[in-house]
Amino acid sequence: MRYGMAIDTKKCVGCSDCVVACQTENNIPHGYARDWISETVSGTYPELALEIRSERCNHCDNTPCVRTCPTGASHVIEGGIVKVTHEECIGCGACVESCPYDARYFHPDGYVDKCTFCDHRVKNGQDPACVSVCPTYCMYFGDLDDPNSEVSKKIATRKTKVLAPEAGTKPQIFYLI
Amino acid sequence: MNEELIISGRMNPYIDPHLEVWEWQIPLYLFLGGLAAGLLFFAAYFVMTGKEKKYPTTVKYGPIVAFIAISIGLVALLLDLKHPLYFWQLYTTIRIDSPMSWGAWVLLIITFVSLIWIFSYLKEAFPKYNCKIGFIHNLLGIFIVKNDDETWEWKYSWLDTFEKYAQSNRYAWAWVMAVLSVILGVYTGILLSAFNARPLWNTAILGPLFLTSGFSTGAAMLMIMTKNHEERLSYSRIDLFLIVIELFFITHLFMGFLASSQVKVEAAHYFLGGEFTVTFWVNVIILGLVLPAVLEALELLKYKIPVIIPGLLILWGGIMFRFIMVEAGQIIRYLY
Repeated sequence: MRYGMAIDTKKCVGCSDCVVACQTENNIPHGYARDWISETVSGTYPELALEIRSERCNHCDNTPCVRTCPTGASHVIEGGIVKVTHEECIGCGACVESCPYDARYFHPDGYVDKCTFCDHRVKNGQDPACVSVCPTYCMYFGDLDDPNSEVSKKIATRKTKVLAPEAGTKPQIFYLI
Repeated sequence: MNEELIISGRMNPYIDPHLEVWEWQIPLYLFLGGLAAGLLFFAAYFVMTGKEKKYPTTVKYGPIVAFIAISIGLVALLLDLKHPLYFWQLYTTIRIDSPMSWGAWVLLIITFVSLIWIFSYLKEAFPKYNCKIGFIHNLLGIFIVKNDDETWEWKYSWLDTFEKYAQSNRYAWAWVMAVLSVILGVYTGILLSAFNARPLWNTAILGPLFLTSGFSTGAAMLMIMTKNHEERLSYSRIDLFLIVIELFFITHLFMGFLASSQVKVEAAHYFLGGEFTVTFWVNVIILGLVLPAVLEALELLKYKIPVIIPGLLILWGGIMFRFIMVEAGQIIRYLY
């Protein structure tokens, strides 16, 4: 069992529905976000290309955030989901510094917070909130170890990329390009 | 020209537009930790080599300053935590992978070792206990019998026993303290270099570089503190040597960056023409290293140089180096 995501950059329109869905589902404080939209324009006018991505914690295979955590608050649960135990977090910032995607933030209550792949929904067989609300169906969530899952099939048949592979974290969110 | 324009919708406090997770507390601690490591190492080293008579300030008073520095550093570390009431979670586990975890343990142990050291030299450092500061005087009153000529006399016999034990095992404690102080000094660098997400920090040379810089600030502190001419002169020599090593390491740091991957080349350019060029070269290289080195060389050539000038310059360079490294390290990142 290895949870992961495939996100189709050709379908994403950057509507931010995933961002709002996450904030609502996980009760994110005002002004904070566990996922976000990034837009990259590249090329020289008039030959321009636009790529829109919905980004979040990459639930890496090689987790620098878990490695640098001095108390063990950051940990990996079943399915490779990276989580933080709030009561063990001292707010030292080591994991925030260690994340090349800057996917973590300090909750106003002091502890570090991040995307959980909505594990409370996933264990009931549902998709994460961001995936379930996407109006263009550009996100796929599932078991990467299962070659027959929709997400595995997408990754197998499309050209993909991951963010900052040179950071060596083996991210598990694949962007279909 | 091919260009890329990235817009991110993320605006998390402390994270965007660039990381500000570590503000003044961490660089201040890195400076004080390095300073304490230097002070404790020199004290331990001169006891180990049997030269404690030649270096009275180092052995007797250095560790007191080190203890005060560590204490202020610990307060800074506590203030840095965003969940400070949970700090004890650090001491419920040992995580070998996390530099911060074993750093926290080393810091705890070295604080106690330095206290034992101070205790074993207390009567030699202060022949009379007439402390001018009221609350310390009252605090001492708990442990000592007050008499008119103000000589030390412990109230409890276990204090006598403990003192005899500490004094007769100074050589052994010196070894413990020397090893711990090197770990403490290296740790201030490893704390940063363990983060592969921050290109500027992610280099193995940062550990030795921060160790050398910490020892150099320790030597500068002792140079200012001592009233013994010979001790002062030998610290001028030690400092000169350490500064040369430090310049060598800094050269290597940038050479390493320029020969590395794209993000690290960009990181180096922040210091070689970019945003931090003037701050870094003026404060760290010129004022903090080259100028004091020249002054110390002149002193060794028998010119009269007031010791406070190179001493303070080195301390200034040390503190600026850490502030710049922490600030710049958080600005330079992988994605956007």
